Amino acid sequence: MSHHIIEFKDVFFRYPDGTEALRGIHFRINHGESVGIVGANGSGKSTLLQHMNGCLLPTSGTVTIGDLPLTRKTRQEIRRKVGIIFQNPDDQLFMPTVFDDVAFGPLNLGLDEACVRERVHRALGMVHGLDLRDKPPHHLSGGQKSSVAIASVIAMEPDILALDEPAANLDPKSRRSLIAFLKTFTHSKMIASHDLDLILDICERCIVIGDGSVVADGPSAEILTNRTLLEENNLELPLSLQRC
Amino acid sequence: MTFDAQYFDIGRLDRLSYRDTFVHHLDPRVKVIATMLFLFTVISFPKYEVVALVPFFLFPVLLMTLGEIPVWFILRKVLLVSPFAILIGVFNPFLDTGTVAVIAGIPISAGSFSFLSILLKFTLTISAALLLIATTSFPGVCHALRRLGLPSLFVSQLLFQYRYIFVLMEEAMRITRARDMRSFGTRGAGIKVFVRLIGTLFVRTVDRAERIYYAMLSRGFQGDIPSLRRTRIDVTDLAYLTAMVMFLAVFRFFRITEGIGCFAQGLLR
Amino acid sequence: MHMADALLSPAVGMTLWAGTAAVGGYASKKLKERIDDRTIPLMGVLGAFIFASQMINFTIPGTGSSGHLGGGMILAIILGPHAAFLVMASVLTVQALFFADGGLLALGCNIWNLGFYPCYLVYPLLYKPLIGESQNPGRIVAVSLVSAVAVLQLGAFSVVLETLLSGKSELPFGAFLLLMQPIHLAIGIIEGFVTAAIINHVRSARPEILDGIAASRPLGAGISLKKVMITFVVLAVVTGGALSWFASTHPNGLEWSIEKVTGKGELPEQEHGIAPVLKGIQEKTAFLPDYGFKPAGNEPKKEKMAPAWPGIEAGTSAAGIIGAAIVLGLILLIGVGIRSFRGKDA
Repeated sequence: MSHHIIEFKDVFFRYPDGTEALRGIHFRINHGESVGIVGANGSGKSTLLQHMNGCLLPTSGTVTIGDLPLTRKTRQEIRRKVGIIFQNPDDQLFMPTVFDDVAFGPLNLGLDEACVRERVHRALGMVHGLDLRDKPPHHLSGGQKSSVAIASVIAMEPDILALDEPAANLDPKSRRSLIAFLKTFTHSKMIASHDLDLILDICERCIVIGDGSVVADGPSAEILTNRTLLEENNLELPLSLQRC
Repeated sequence: MTFDAQYFDIGRLDRLSYRDTFVHHLDPRVKVIATMLFLFTVISFPKYEVVALVPFFLFPVLLMTLGEIPVWFILRKVLLVSPFAILIGVFNPFLDTGTVAVIAGIPISAGSFSFLSILLKFTLTISAALLLIATTSFPGVCHALRRLGLPSLFVSQLLFQYRYIFVLMEEAMRITRARDMRSFGTRGAGIKVFVRLIGTLFVRTVDRAERIYYAMLSRGFQGDIPSLRRTRIDVTDLAYLTAMVMFLAVFRFFRITEGIGCFAQGLLR
Repeated sequence: MHMADALLSPAVGMTLWAGTAAVGGYASKKLKERIDDRTIPLMGVLGAFIFASQMINFTIPGTGSSGHLGGGMILAIILGPHAAFLVMASVLTVQALFFADGGLLALGCNIWNLGFYPCYLVYPLLYKPLIGESQNPGRIVAVSLVSAVAVLQLGAFSVVLETLLSGKSELPFGAFLLLMQPIHLAIGIIEGFVTAAIINHVRSARPEILDGIAASRPLGAGISLKKVMITFVVLAVVTGGALSWFASTHPNGLEWSIEKVTGKGELPEQEHGIAPVLKGIQEKTAFLPDYGFKPAGNEPKKEKMAPAWPGIEAGTSAAGIIGAAIVLGLILLIGVGIRSFRGKDA
């Protein structure tokens, strides 16, 4: 099945102010893979993620999602396949109530009312957020907001899920729930994070980004135990491996 | 009111609006219409009318009791915004001095009546407006407005605003706290700093709008904000509206209070 | 300051609502035609910004009331008139609902006073022409000052008119003006500074924001400054003078009419108790419409301003012209200031 393949070929991206954020990114993620994207601050992780659904378009090189090359015309279509969850849930929950937020995606997909309600129900159920349905987002705690943000994306039933620092503001329990949930999501996943333990837990493959390029790409078990590699890139061994 | 106090205050009103009472369950459109009719009737009373206004306090009282809204909370807010109306009306007793009546030996000028009328109308109208929100969440009112004909562009943007008021106020609070912590009480609250804070908040706001926009795009936004709220008007709502209209009509055009007074007087004789 | 329901009469309220609704409909339509998708969240969030910034308020020394950033000007500059009007309308709506600031019926007046004037009058006719293409921070401050002061003076003046035409307050026109205009002058100056400060800050920190956002062409681009000033002057004098004539019927109307009718200065004394009070009121409200001495403002249903007594009282007419003169003086003063700035710039 080629639907869920993600392919970046020699992707370069320069911001309007001249900063070169991506220099020749090159990788291929196959159907069903879980890939962690790690790197120092400013290495280009977020920029990379924003290419996943066409928020940003490469200055040169190609991005292919499923069978579609990413262009201005195809990005609308690509957004149906790729669900991105950004770092700050307050930016993602922009509707007056939780229900409205989770329904936003499906409604934009053109589904009918009954279908939308069903999707909302299912999505909220998956993140254990059904009782939050009629609340306004500003009445929610950080963990609840993150859960609802995830629900709002999975309600669209994307083929590929991309997450940017998903556990950044979560307390340990919420973080545990998140990890458990992500493990149940069997489609392709791309997770950008500093939380190396989370990546170790969920992603079997890991890509290290440094200065806008791919520095390493391989099984998490190898990369995340390679102290030298990690430290060269302003990272450390995952905490769970440091005590041994 | 200090920043913090104001923030928690509207937070409180906001929370009250999501409660679960009989009043909260009435259809928002009906509540909006009822409130507007109430306001219109109250301010249609002539300038010197005091007595006939009294029965109208029934409306806020009912809402507060049935809707479980704390009375002192509403009263305090009314008091807080009263200065302007008081300021304008307080001159009436001195400017409009024809003595109209004598109570306990003290002559009362016509202006006193008009001032009292203003105060009563003020209390009624302000509490009615507050109670509308307190018993119907803000999004509920917005959706009602949209169903009642306001342009959806306006309503969408109104909802966004509501959503982010709290977020931005928190951000502003953080910025001002940071300022206060480094001010040591003196120069800190100066205008230059104030101006810089506002500028910073502004830039952050615009950046946030950009991120929100991307989030919307990522979930398929193509220009129209979809909505899916289907509240239905049922018998209870209609009954409420009818009762309201009847109440307003009766008490506006018939001098019930006076009638009761005369009657009581007759009894006493 | 915001107009309150208690001071409003249904006729005035409905008229202003009609005006506001018409402008709102127009703005929505215009905006829909040319809106960029990203504008909607921006509008909403900027509205929230106005609120948040109002929370960081400043107290006007001496009066104890707090000034907040009105917001009309900065919104018009950033978003263009149509979007700005809608955002101001919604900011005021939230204020009316959440803070009971003003009232729901008076909301029409408030949106007009604080939304129409900055977005459709001062911004296109004063700010845009005066600022031209300039990016000079000093000029931005000066022009913002003039504009903000103009907006607030117009707004304050409108509140006076609206209150007066509603007939619930006894304040004479002149006194009311003298109360309102100076305070709003101070508020206007501060708002001008804050507006300019934001613009300058953004221009130096993130210029692309300003370039990317303003969406519409100014109305009346290319109008000469002189014409603008003349228009304002004429408007001020005409409205000030004309309306003081109508206003003169209010302050002493009741006494005058009681005297005329009963031949006495006051109503006859009666025994103590509630009934006389009630009776007194009844008499008063009953005979007034019959005799028509009070302008129709006191009839239950119709409250149209009947210009029955364009009394030529030197007192109130003088007050009206004084008010107009103050506003005129201000505009001229600031106009001179700008001219000297312009001199340095060229």
